[in-house]
Amino acid sequence: MIKTKSEFQESRSLKEISLESADLASQENRQSESDRRKFMRTSLLALASSPALALADESIQKDFPSWSTTPGKGLNEYGQPSKFEAGIKRGIAKSYGDLAPGTGSARTPIEKLEGIITPSGLHFDRSHNGTPEIDPSKHQLSIHGLVDTPLNFSVQSLLRYPMISRTYFIECAGNSAANIIAPEPIQATAGTLHGLISCSDWTGIPLSVLLKEAGVNPQGKWVLAEGADASGMSRSFPIEKAMDNAMIALYQNGERIRPEQGYPMRLLLPGWEGNMNVKWLRSLKITAGPTHTKDETSKYTDPLANGKARQFTFELGVKSIITKPSGLMKLPNKGFYEISGIAWSGAGKVTRIEISTNGGKDWFDAQIDGPNQPYCLVRFRAPWSWNGEPAFLQSRAIDEKGNVQPTRAAYKANNAVDGRYHNNTIVTWAVLADGSVQNAYL
Amino acid sequence: MHTYKKIILTFFVLGSAISCTTSSIPQSPKLGQAMSPEELKKIDISIGPDGIGLPVGSGNAKLGAKVYQAKCLSCHGEKGQGKPVDALVGGIGSLSSNKPVRTVGSFWPHASTLFDYTRRAMPLQSPKSLTNNEVYAVSAYILFLNGIISEDYELSNQNLAQIKMPNHDGMIDFSKEKAVVYK
Repeated sequence: MIKTKSEFQESRSLKEISLESADLASQENRQSESDRRKFMRTSLLALASSPALALADESIQKDFPSWSTTPGKGLNEYGQPSKFEAGIKRGIAKSYGDLAPGTGSARTPIEKLEGIITPSGLHFDRSHNGTPEIDPSKHQLSIHGLVDTPLNFSVQSLLRYPMISRTYFIECAGNSAANIIAPEPIQATAGTLHGLISCSDWTGIPLSVLLKEAGVNPQGKWVLAEGADASGMSRSFPIEKAMDNAMIALYQNGERIRPEQGYPMRLLLPGWEGNMNVKWLRSLKITAGPTHTKDETSKYTDPLANGKARQFTFELGVKSIITKPSGLMKLPNKGFYEISGIAWSGAGKVTRIEISTNGGKDWFDAQIDGPNQPYCLVRFRAPWSWNGEPAFLQSRAIDEKGNVQPTRAAYKANNAVDGRYHNNTIVTWAVLADGSVQNAYL
Repeated sequence: MHTYKKIILTFFVLGSAISCTTSSIPQSPKLGQAMSPEELKKIDISIGPDGIGLPVGSGNAKLGAKVYQAKCLSCHGEKGQGKPVDALVGGIGSLSSNKPVRTVGSFWPHASTLFDYTRRAMPLQSPKSLTNNEVYAVSAYILFLNGIISEDYELSNQNLAQIKMPNHDGMIDFSKEKAVVYK
């Protein structure tokens, strides 16, 4: 029985794997030794029967690139992306420049990513006074206020609780604000304009488990979550959300949560505005009503033209963005392109994404590719053949509650002139005749 | 045959014993430690509109101006006019205009938020460093500059919750609503 060359190599690598077991290794040795002899015999026979090949006695090495002919780098403890992908980075916007280097945002380069999971190091970061370096052995989560027994939980004790894993998006309520505020469309990448959206596999503890242990009093109707960072970020949310699907996340994409995402733990309120998913969580205070903190009064409220403002607009609207093709890209020539992007809804599952290539005159359905989970990004795709003429690419998402992604004009008509939060409106990418892709308002 | 039945029975009894044990393991391990009153006092720094939890203390705008000069002016500008960062003063009555100016005076609905945020987050380079009386004083100064209290008004834990901000009734509560949908 003569084995092919690849079968032969496979048996050799099997041998390497089984080195830990002396018995197995010796069996394998005998087996592969006999294989090798058979192979050599076959090869020699082939050489001898072909005079032309026998004359050209040279190695195949010259036909391979250097990485195929020299040993690769040694093993390393924590892998990094290829150096050829070094340009895939978050875009940084500092709200107050160097006066407050830790205040502002690092935006996910959504146009350079695929699928639905954001690599942990590229998850967007919106912070209000830097990323704290928290020693987990000195950090506690306190549950207090209107409870029977105020409780402190060490990080070590929380790691012993039964856990759940869920894939959830987080979107900052200020995402896409520039597209509402700027009178003329800003020419930038999808990530720069809309990159305050990311999605991870989070593992942690249902908040209801911890609240039940502390014993919430009947008059406890709200929860104030507070972070341990220098800004002492604090946000109020209703007890119903806490008991429904809120979780304390300790892990992100399989490893302990990154410092910019709240190490050693953050609050997760699926589908609700990013700012409420308090990072570096240190305290949950049960209260009778909302605390009216700075970030739920002066910020993240939606001013109206009549001078009033909507407060506590927690649930994020249904939204989608085409990431390919998108802002600042250039289509090299006419022909086939895949239109691809991400969609999500704070109300649960996205059920449908429609695409228009003529600025909303005609719509056709995109395909949802891969898993479709509630409060999670979905990836959509649609084939497109560009005929070389100007086109206006749009996507419109619809969720399981029947909510439809609105137009920019509808948002402007329903908000004050300086309204900017919770912008879930349809994004338009204009493809010009030369193939360049621009941000556009329609 | 008899032995066979015995084996089956043994499996059945063992099986139910195992499943009983598994389901009786608590899903709620109760690993929290009861907090002492001292621990509670350190953790519980938030102040709601009712003023519950305000620390004993007071301060007025005259003293607050000095605190402001030393700790706030470099970022918030002369008399809270802003630049390089957010303005704290002005804009009252502008919210329904074409050029709304949103400041502590014109937009913040509760004075408690001013005290709470200043104490926990300011000044930016050294948050939580102001004394309680300094927080009362600098809050009084911002309220005075906005024309909400007089310069010698002694702002304290006794009266802060009674201060009525110009935009007190400016918020519409959407906490019971689903996502806002624009048609």
